[in-house]
Formats: sequence, C-alpha cells, structure tokens
Amino acid sequence: MIEAKNLNLFYGTFQALNDISMKVPEKSVTALIGPSGCGKSTFLRTFNRMNDLIPGVKIEGEVIVDDMNVYEKGVDVDNLRKRVGMVFQKPNPFAKSIFENVAYGLRVNGVNDEKLIKQTVEESLKQAALWDEVKDNLKKSAYAISGGQQQRLCIARALAVEPTVLLMDEPASALDPISTSKIEELIHELKKKYTILIVTHNMQQAARVSDHTAFFYMGSLVEFDETKTIFTHPVKQQTQNYVTGRFG
Amino acid sequence: MKLSTKKKIYQGIAFNLFRLMSGILVVVLISILSFIVVRGIGVISWDFITKMPEDGMTKGGIYPAIIGTLCLVAGSMLFAFPVGVLSGIYIHEFVKDNWFKRFVKLMTNNLAGVPSIVFGLFGMSLFVNTLGFGDSIIAGSLTLGLLALPVIIRTTEESLKSIDNVFREGSYALGATKIQTIRRVVLPLAMPNIITGFILSIGRVSGETAPILFTVAAYFLPKLPSSIFDQVMALPYHLYVLSTSGTDMEASRNMAYGTALVLIIIVLLLNLIANFTRSYLSKKVKH
Repeated sequence: MIEAKNLNLFYGTFQALNDISMKVPEKSVTALIGPSGCGKSTFLRTFNRMNDLIPGVKIEGEVIVDDMNVYEKGVDVDNLRKRVGMVFQKPNPFAKSIFENVAYGLRVNGVNDEKLIKQTVEESLKQAALWDEVKDNLKKSAYAISGGQQQRLCIARALAVEPTVLLMDEPASALDPISTSKIEELIHELKKKYTILIVTHNMQQAARVSDHTAFFYMGSLVEFDETKTIFTHPVKQQTQNYVTGRFG
Repeated sequence: MKLSTKKKIYQGIAFNLFRLMSGILVVVLISILSFIVVRGIGVISWDFITKMPEDGMTKGGIYPAIIGTLCLVAGSMLFAFPVGVLSGIYIHEFVKDNWFKRFVKLMTNNLAGVPSIVFGLFGMSLFVNTLGFGDSIIAGSLTLGLLALPVIIRTTEESLKSIDNVFREGSYALGATKIQTIRRVVLPLAMPNIITGFILSIGRVSGETAPILFTVAAYFLPKLPSSIFDQVMALPYHLYVLSTSGTDMEASRNMAYGTALVLIIIVLLLNLIANFTRSYLSKKVKH
C-alpha cells in the first residue's frame, strides 16, 4: 500500500506540491496527468526520494510505502529505492552490455551468485517482453538496440531487484507509436504483480492503460478517481476542461 | 545590390577568413616541424638513441636523456593521475556548491597559471631540501606531477559534468550508493575524456625544463639511474645544455636538433598510445 498524507514540497521558496493526500490502489495502474509544471513528476519522485538529489528541496507531510513513512529519520534510502523501482522519460541504459544492465541492480545490492543473477536476468527480460529479441545478443552493448527496446531494458532492469512499486515518468514520450504500444501492453501485464504509478502527458495513454487517474494542477491534486469517471463524468470543471483538451 | 548577394558575399568573406587563419596555424606548425626534422634527421641513428654521450657531448648519443625523460613522465603521471582524478571526482561529486568549492576551483585555476619555474623552485625547496630527496627522479617527478595536477583535475571535473544526470538517477533508482554509481556508471562514461586531459599533461610534462632544472636534471651523467633517488639527464634540459652551455656548441649544434626531434617523436608516440587507449575505451562504452 502506498500513500501520501498532507504532502507539501518546496524548491527553495517555491511550493511545488500543495497539501497532497492520496491513496494509491495496489496492483493496479494509477495515472498522474496535468499540464507541464503541475507537480506530477515531482509527486512521483517523492515515493523513491529521488527529489533528495535536488539541492534546496524541503518536504513536509508523509509518504507511506509498505506501512512506513519514507521521510522518517533513519530510513535506508538505498533499500527504499530497491523496493520502489523507477523508469525514466528518456531510456537511460548504462554503458554496459544488455546482460550487465539488468544484472546491475543485483550486483550493487550485493548479489554474487552468478547462477542466480543469470536466472533473474532472464526472468526480468521475459517479464519486460524483451527476452526473445535480445536472448542471442546479451553480451552486446545496450546502445546497440532501438530506443523502444532500450526502454523495455530499463523496465527489466528495474524489475530485476524485485520491487513492489513501479514509478514511470512519461516512459513512452520519447518513443515511436509502435514502441509505445508495446510499452502499454507491458504495463497492462505488469500491473498483475506491481503497483504502478505513471506520469503521462498523453491523455489517450492515461485512458488506455490506467485504472485510476489523478489530475494535478499547479501543485495541487484537483481530482482523483477511477479513470472511467475522470474521463467521462469528472466532478470538477477544471478536470473536465483538461481532459477534453480545452486547456493545458 | 540584392540582399541575397550581399549575404553570400559576407558569408564568403567570413569563410575565407576562417580558412586563412587555420591555414596560418598549419603552416606555422609544419614549418617548425620540418625545420627540426631537416636539421635533426642527419644525426639520428641507432647509435644516437642507444649510446651514451661522448667527447664533451659532441659525439655519441642521448640514451640516458631518453631514459631520464621516460622515467620522469612515468613518475609524474603515477603521482598526478590518481591524485588529480580523485580530487576531480571529489570536487565535482561530493562537495556541495558553496564558497569552499568555488575557492578550491579558483585555486586550481590559479595553479594552472603559475609559471613552471616557480614549480621548480617550490619542488627544490620541498622535495629536494626539506624532505631530503636530493636531486632525484622522485623529486623531479613530484614537481612535474604538481605542474600537471591542475589540468588533470579540471578535465576530470569537466568530463564528469558532461555526464547526463539521467545515468546517475538510473543507478540511484536501483538502490546503488553514490560510490557504486560513480565507480560503475559515471566513471566508465567519463574515462575517455579524462584520458584526453592525461594526454595533454603528458605532452606538457615531457617537454618542461624549468621544473626539473633544480630538482633532478643532470648536466652530464653518462650512466643510467639505478633507483628513484638518482639524478638523470632529461631531453629538454639536454637540449638546453647543448644549445647554450655545451663544451663546443658549434660541434653539438646538430646534436641539439637531433635531441629536439627525438623529444618530439617521444611526445608524439605517447600521444598516439594515449589516443588509442581513449578510442578503445570510448568504443567499449558505445558498442
């Protein structure tokens, strides 16, 4: 179960998130939508404390992952990030072979058993629907495959450390339509096992892949409901305007 | 005149100006090189590069100076490369952007602008006298290493800065620590550029005369060093000696050009090796 409670976030004096409370349903896909700069990516990144890397960030309130406030003192951030996987906007495989990219998360977390690593790499690549395309080229550089394949490799890489939550920050925005639809199919498969939060600019994508949708505007959570409701009978006028393309 | 014609003329002038300037650069470089090759090639022979100097350095070879320079280049890089790369990593990855970081950067930049003779005096005072190394390979190498440090630190910093943050984030997102991220993800990407800084400093170090003047270089020492506490001859200093204070300068004039040629060839070879390493590393990263 993951949840935000009265979450405020400041970049210096600028308040990027404004008193956000939201329960993310387990083993389903929740889409975060809203115009650029509305805080949806910032919100996403509070779940694995990725905002810590930005100087001058101040956070108030709670973010609960596995019944624990991740911003409490003494939380092991490296361990949190192992449990909360993340896929970025631009495919960012490391300058290593396909195999070593997937094995990376295991190796940095102290797994030495080569047999186990090999097995996990294969399983992760299968889960990411990439195995059949790369199984003969595992030793090749990750930069030798297409952008869409690279993004699925990044998903496999995240799955290899067995997270329970998967954060996706516009995972298909840099990809062509065919690669995009492959990623969407994959998300559909993955939600059986993982709780998925996905930021997207693409309204159709949100409608296609998500079970719930949260609409953000200027740092506030305007509306959060089942995707069907958000796109057909939103309660707030702002949401209605946004999903019908009248602003944003 | 039509606007488009005017634009074309302007562009033509600009292009030709650029062409002229780069042309001048090439001409100057080629003249220097050919001048030295023409004057020096006559004395180059197997004996010249493998024999000791003879007859008051008017005959024989420059073998000990070649070995001396190689020792100094290797010694200074053994010191400066790890120290410089580690400092660069520390400054870029670990120090927060505050007055201290700016101060350290300012000092590094100033260090790069200090005249090399000052390094020589400092090296003599610290390594030769205070630490008691005497005129020795170790004192000379450390002095040359200090001279090369700022360049290595700066290029390390710049190379790290050029690595897109998405790679760091990708690594952190998998639960990697900062050290793991730097060592396994960032450094392999930055290494080809760091090597470039290394190449530049090899070139500079092997040709410096002033820093070795008071710390290691011997006027005439027809034997090879047996330890790092021995003095050696070195090519740049030998060149200086042959052309200003030799026993018979007319007789050793061509030897001087030969020495210059050998020095240039050594720098060229070292650069080639380093360049090869760089392209090998960047190929390993990209394919």
